[in-house]
Amino acid sequence: MTLLAFDWGFALEKLVLIAIVITVSLVVAMYATYAERKVAGFMQDRLGPNRAGPFGLLQPLADGLKLFFKEEIIPSNSNKFLFILGPCLAMLTAMMTSAVIPWGGKVELGGRMVDLQVADINIGILYIFGVVSLGVYGMMIGGWASNNKYSLMAALRGASQAISYELAMGLSLIALLMLTGSLSLRTITEQQIQGNWWNIVYQPLGFLLFFICALAECNRAPFDLPEAESELNMGYHQEYSSMKLGFFLFSEYINMFISCTIIATLFLGGYDMPFVDEAKLSGIAALIVGLVALFGKTFILIFIFMWIRWTLPRFRYDQLMNLGWKGLIPLALFNMVITGAIVLFTMKAH
Amino acid sequence: MDALTQRAKLVDRRPMNWLEKIYLWEIFKGMGITLKHFFKKKVTIQYPEEKRPFSPVFRGLQVLNRDEEGRERCTACGLCAVACPAEAITMEGAERLPGEEHLYREEKYAAKYEINMLRCIFCGLCEEACPKDAIYLSETFAPANYSRKSFIYGKDDLLIPDPATQPEEYAAAKGLLDKRKNHNPDLTKTNELK
Repeated sequence: MTLLAFDWGFALEKLVLIAIVITVSLVVAMYATYAERKVAGFMQDRLGPNRAGPFGLLQPLADGLKLFFKEEIIPSNSNKFLFILGPCLAMLTAMMTSAVIPWGGKVELGGRMVDLQVADINIGILYIFGVVSLGVYGMMIGGWASNNKYSLMAALRGASQAISYELAMGLSLIALLMLTGSLSLRTITEQQIQGNWWNIVYQPLGFLLFFICALAECNRAPFDLPEAESELNMGYHQEYSSMKLGFFLFSEYINMFISCTIIATLFLGGYDMPFVDEAKLSGIAALIVGLVALFGKTFILIFIFMWIRWTLPRFRYDQLMNLGWKGLIPLALFNMVITGAIVLFTMKAH
Repeated sequence: MDALTQRAKLVDRRPMNWLEKIYLWEIFKGMGITLKHFFKKKVTIQYPEEKRPFSPVFRGLQVLNRDEEGRERCTACGLCAVACPAEAITMEGAERLPGEEHLYREEKYAAKYEINMLRCIFCGLCEEACPKDAIYLSETFAPANYSRKSFIYGKDDLLIPDPATQPEEYAAAKGLLDKRKNHNPDLTKTNELK
């Protein structure tokens, strides 16, 4: 009887939503590789890929196809199980984060309220932090199982970098959470829609710190030490070939997409279109406006990620650690104390 | 000491001020530079569709010239082969028979004329050596090929199209020849000698 009482429509709705979200993140990640090469080219006075299809738009397909047809090499001295587990884990954790992101408000579709969020859990941000910290295992396991000293060193670097910057990231978020009083991403977004300003106005320093830490978490330049080719040949995925390498590279782009969405949700109002009152729009129109707003913000952030990558050179390892421990963490603590004091004295907490 | 160019800049070794020490402002400045380049005109020449114009003195593949009536100019005198530092040119002469006056300009002609493009260094000495204005270097370069043998160009590869029957192809093959001659007074002189 309990099985019959189960709301199958709900399960179907969530399954469809998960499928859409995963497809969208994959497609966005795919075209992020194309955008990356285009941006790199344009910033270096080149044209970037423009041969496959109009404007080179089929380039990501060609790249993916190439990766699939490459020879699959598993080093004979590697731990085979872990070697395969590494990229799978990287991909899995990259995809899992998208579950708590609110992609839009609730809409009525066919007589039921559809929530454009896979799971509105009340610990949304903690969940993201948990999954993101798991993400480092993909890199760690991949680097360790390769049985290559460069891969191992790169993996160690990646792990220490992730730990250092997660700390500053968490601290910068605490200040934001003091203002919002909620860990749910849905609540945080709705507060920003109802309030006059986005959280970036209340938390400019927090935004900056979070942004820098997000760069480091995604292993993006200038924090791409796990892939420092000049020191580590290729980094933690040196022994990987074929689509397993593709998974590692691809998960980086998915991570970038997801972290840009999270920044947009936390600090830039999520699916809140500026200067538009969503309450006055009908369900579907509000949904489309919301999606356009969220994706617009995300794509601008992705562009800024790439812009930074093609502007700044890589940090040295000690500079990276200095910045993380002596720069960002004290700043995040300072931000936290100031915010706490202001919240205490003005009781501006929601 | 005088600088060779006016572009030398003295390195600023002052200690960093506060704004520079926090790096952020400098990073924004750097991002401004890359953004400027983002919107700049791209320098790429998209090769197969677009080609960079050659200089008039560019020395590419050799062409065996004809005169205005379409007769071959070469008399197989062998001066080009002698001048060739890479010994890339070989030829065999033959005597013009009665009735072939419309094919060959003078009594002797090259029955076989071969240039090994793998040996050729495109120095242009054959062009300078030729008393009959029969060989010159065009603005095309040797295309890629699969075998060594196909780089030995015979008369059928080298000879310019007949201006009487194929005027367009002739003009295309001739290319920048006239410009070259105006550019290079030596070549004009050899023309006059003829």
